[in-house]
Amino acid sequence: MSTTYKHWKIITDDENITWLHFDKADSSTNVLSHEVMDELETELNNLNQKPPGAVVFLSDKKNGFIAGADVNEFSQLETEHVALTLIQRGQHIMNMIERLPCPTVALIHGFCLGGGFELALACRFRIADNDPKTKIGLPEIKLGIHPGFGGAVRSIRTAGPIAAMNLMLTGRAISARAAKKMGLIHYAIPKRHLIAAARSVIKKAPPAHKIVWWARLANHKLARPWVKKILIKQVAKKAHRAHYPAPYALIDLWECYADDEQRFMEEEAISVSQLMVTKTAQNLIRVFSLQEKMKNYSHLKDYQPKHIHVIGGGVMGGDIAAWCALQGYSVTIQDREHATLARVIKRAYKLYKKKLKKRLPITEALDRLVPDINGNGLKQADVVIEAIFEDAEVKRQLFKEVEPQVKADCIIATNTSSIPLEELAPVLNDSSRLVGLHFFNPVAMMPLVEIVRGKTTSDETMQRAASVTKSIRRLPLPVSSSPGFLVNRILMPYLMEAVVLAEEGVPLKAIDQAATEFGMPMGPIELADTVGLDICLKVAENLSQTMDIGVPERLRNLVNKKQLGKKTDQGFYVFKKGKPVKPALAKDYTPPTDLADRLILRLVNEAVACLRDGVVDSSDMIDAGVIFGTGFAPFRGGPMCYANSRGIEQLIKLLENLDSRYGNRFKPDDGWTELIKENAESA
Amino acid sequence: MAGKNSISDSETEKQNMTSKKATKKKTTAKKVTSKKTTTVKSRTSKNRYGRRAIYIVDGARTPQLKARGKQGPFSAADLAVNCSRPLLARQDFDPSAIDEVIMGCVMPSADEANVARILGLRLNCGVDVPAYTVQRNCASGMQALDNAAQSIAMRRSELILAGGVESMSRAPVLLNGHMVNWLGDWMRAKTITDKVKTMGKLRPRFFAPIIGLLRGLSDPVNGLSMGQTAEIIADKFNISRDMMDSYAVQSHQRLSAAQENNHLTEIETIYDTKGNFYDHDDGVRHDSDMQGLAKLKPVFDRPFGKVTAGNSAQITDGASVLLLASEKALKDHNLTPIAQLLDCEWAGLDPAQMGLGPVHAVTPILQRNQYGLSDIDYFEINEAFAGQVLACLAAWQNEKYCKEELNLDTPLGEISMDKLNIDGGGVSIGHPVGASGARIVLHLMHILQRTNSKRGIASLCIGGGQGGAMMIERV
Repeated sequence: MSTTYKHWKIITDDENITWLHFDKADSSTNVLSHEVMDELETELNNLNQKPPGAVVFLSDKKNGFIAGADVNEFSQLETEHVALTLIQRGQHIMNMIERLPCPTVALIHGFCLGGGFELALACRFRIADNDPKTKIGLPEIKLGIHPGFGGAVRSIRTAGPIAAMNLMLTGRAISARAAKKMGLIHYAIPKRHLIAAARSVIKKAPPAHKIVWWARLANHKLARPWVKKILIKQVAKKAHRAHYPAPYALIDLWECYADDEQRFMEEEAISVSQLMVTKTAQNLIRVFSLQEKMKNYSHLKDYQPKHIHVIGGGVMGGDIAAWCALQGYSVTIQDREHATLARVIKRAYKLYKKKLKKRLPITEALDRLVPDINGNGLKQADVVIEAIFEDAEVKRQLFKEVEPQVKADCIIATNTSSIPLEELAPVLNDSSRLVGLHFFNPVAMMPLVEIVRGKTTSDETMQRAASVTKSIRRLPLPVSSSPGFLVNRILMPYLMEAVVLAEEGVPLKAIDQAATEFGMPMGPIELADTVGLDICLKVAENLSQTMDIGVPERLRNLVNKKQLGKKTDQGFYVFKKGKPVKPALAKDYTPPTDLADRLILRLVNEAVACLRDGVVDSSDMIDAGVIFGTGFAPFRGGPMCYANSRGIEQLIKLLENLDSRYGNRFKPDDGWTELIKENAESA
Repeated sequence: MAGKNSISDSETEKQNMTSKKATKKKTTAKKVTSKKTTTVKSRTSKNRYGRRAIYIVDGARTPQLKARGKQGPFSAADLAVNCSRPLLARQDFDPSAIDEVIMGCVMPSADEANVARILGLRLNCGVDVPAYTVQRNCASGMQALDNAAQSIAMRRSELILAGGVESMSRAPVLLNGHMVNWLGDWMRAKTITDKVKTMGKLRPRFFAPIIGLLRGLSDPVNGLSMGQTAEIIADKFNISRDMMDSYAVQSHQRLSAAQENNHLTEIETIYDTKGNFYDHDDGVRHDSDMQGLAKLKPVFDRPFGKVTAGNSAQITDGASVLLLASEKALKDHNLTPIAQLLDCEWAGLDPAQMGLGPVHAVTPILQRNQYGLSDIDYFEINEAFAGQVLACLAAWQNEKYCKEELNLDTPLGEISMDKLNIDGGGVSIGHPVGASGARIVLHLMHILQRTNSKRGIASLCIGGGQGGAMMIERV
């Protein structure tokens, strides 16, 4: 017997087990959209009226079970009331699943995240494929909310408050094995056994997971306030309450209502709907969709490069090579020095040990990364990435040597951050295949890669470069070939202003604090020290040729004294064990009121200039680039979003004011007037 | 096949000249040719692998790394992979073009039993490329080459990656029998009382490990260590301690000079995970001298023996691989061969005199091809022990030995030091047992290329009483 909906296929077999195959139409990924939920509700009503022997949820998608709720629907929520209705409906459907009078099983493979895992939690049994591709989690916190379909209540009930809170507060995705260990699922087994396991648990329930005594104790009314303190302390290290209210709200919920599940459930819905309409959540949701948009830049379907050849084994080249090999590419890394290549392998091993943990996958990744002093890898390369030192003549010479050795359809990429592609292109016979692939340091941490389009770069090459970038799990940002591209150009004025402030005598700690209070992951002074002052100076000087950036003397002095920051243990700060020592501020110290504005507005002003110059093609891409390239406070939605929320006219006035007081580096860019025009038009 | 290709003056002479063992194995030579030549440089030797020519296209090896008491940085598979990757990277064909992977290895670690298969898979030759590992003690690497050549000769394969590997520093260390039995009891003990009882039966002597490496370097039949067999043959041919030591000094000097002159181009630099790289055979002693060596005490026949650590091959880790191809593979992949593999001989002899193996393996090759020692441009005879190489040279000059053991009327004569192990050998380069057989063929090929000469023989003695030899000619 079978019923077919648009997104669901219901099959009841001869053992009277009803299999609910979820296969969202017109999508490669299963998400719980409005329509999907409608159909599910209908079917659940049917099942309730005529209960089968058992119900099994499973996905027909290759990539996973259910990736979560439909985030696009979240961004259209106007009022708290609308949000509450949506959440309560979701809760209601999950409750229907939970109250079915027969055994229910979730068969999990691949993604099982957010609402998807909440659905699984509403089932009586959860069985997951133990493949490394299985990712289980409740990542709502990353979108500025927390689980709302009863996920908070049920995960705490299933795994105890410590494990569940850890999962929800970090938003991390865990393996099937880890989920089994935490008691969140009943079995982590090879995919080939999933169906048999489902039939088996239906016949005979597996023993329930026992939550350890101290975790049960933590859930006690008297213990909760103490546990809460610890949790808040942990969360405060990562996120400010004013910027990210969701984790705090979740902890509060648990503390107040853990004894009464019914109430907890109701309050969970209310809390989420309140969070959903906050600026933070709306901005984070937008950033999430921008990320998807970037991933979809390349629409090449059958482009499947296999081999990447990286030239230059310095930190950047070596780390790019190591990362590409980690992501499955066969990689050759070329350098003139054996010692340099040896360091590349050492760093790669460290990275692989951290990411892969087990011996065999580490060996496999290392086998894919081949030190290649003779450049033998060139002839088989689909992509060549040049990452040697910044000297146009040397690069030109290299490209001249490289081009005759590579395949005709091999793209040639440069990781240059300062040399215009137009200066390199003329030495190539086919300069349409030259593109910039600008990675950020450290490669393994920074999600953005600027795809630089030179004058001669073809669309096909851009597409290929973006496709490769996406395939190594990095976000491609197409930018035009202009000095500093997007990220460095926007970041530098901000860093330079921080140095000017330091020259003016503002304590370093106060400067950094102003930035972190704004929501930056790290203050500008510490950031400059971490990047390396020599590199900052070089980029700044390079940019000062084309824009009025102003390179402060103090930066030059430090570089002359070889105090380069973290790598020399001394820059603006003194570093001890890789951590900056920040002298405490005087008790009666009050920072200048315009401190944060001076830092942030220079950044925003430059962002507006970039948009006017057409460095990227939309303000969306400015926001995405600056967030993923610099870590710019994501909850603020990026510089353009921030500017809009503060009001364009008001910011122009502020800039004019700063201009009159501190000099014309604050002069509002011409782009602002265009923004006003655009805003007027769209209004 | 042997008979058809063997050339000899007369049947009787043939019978006389061939070693006893060789006779037993394969001499049914009937065909006699009339041409007797002494200098035949221009002539190309007969191919003992039949009608199909076996070509060596390329080869590479790791530097050989001296074992320094601890596990070395590379497992056997790591070594083989690390020198094979650059070898394959410089070819124009894809690794999947390889038909077979064959490796020699004497003491594989527990998780690398069929190291050839691991190599093939880790090199991305593809799951459908079969691979096996061969063991003929010290000649395992040469055995792999012989197997590869046979496979090509029989038209089973066209292109083969073959060689040898050994991580001696990681040779297994085993539990002794007492311990194994005790562990069995321990596993069976279920209750606390049982466990306590079993625990009480544990004795300190149970913890004495079996050092796999030492067992591997001892003869399993007569119980002699390899060093003792070297003492025996050194004694037999009156090789003195001084002669051994001066040979060892020469070995180090030769390697040192070869390194200086960049003559070891077959070495691929390898990288560990700690930021180190290895680009040369690190057992070399540039300042090796007689005074230094004289200070060392004999290690095998204590205290009066002559064989010391200084005049023996070094315990090392290393891998050597070669690409063997048929004529068809040359055409299919547009390859240029460097040398042709023409002849191979395996001989058996008294295990107590295993060091004389090369004498018994090389001689039949010379006889078959009607060559004197002077017809061979270069020899690589693996230096298991300085005294052992010297004993081989002495045996070829010894009338009595040649007559009684090799059935030769007159001794074969002297091999000039100028054409023997000219870039050093096991004493200086080291002897990773499973790899050396492939290493000497590989290096011999490089010597022929460098000196623009034609013909060479590589040979080694084999623990357990065998000898192996291979003859190659530059193409």
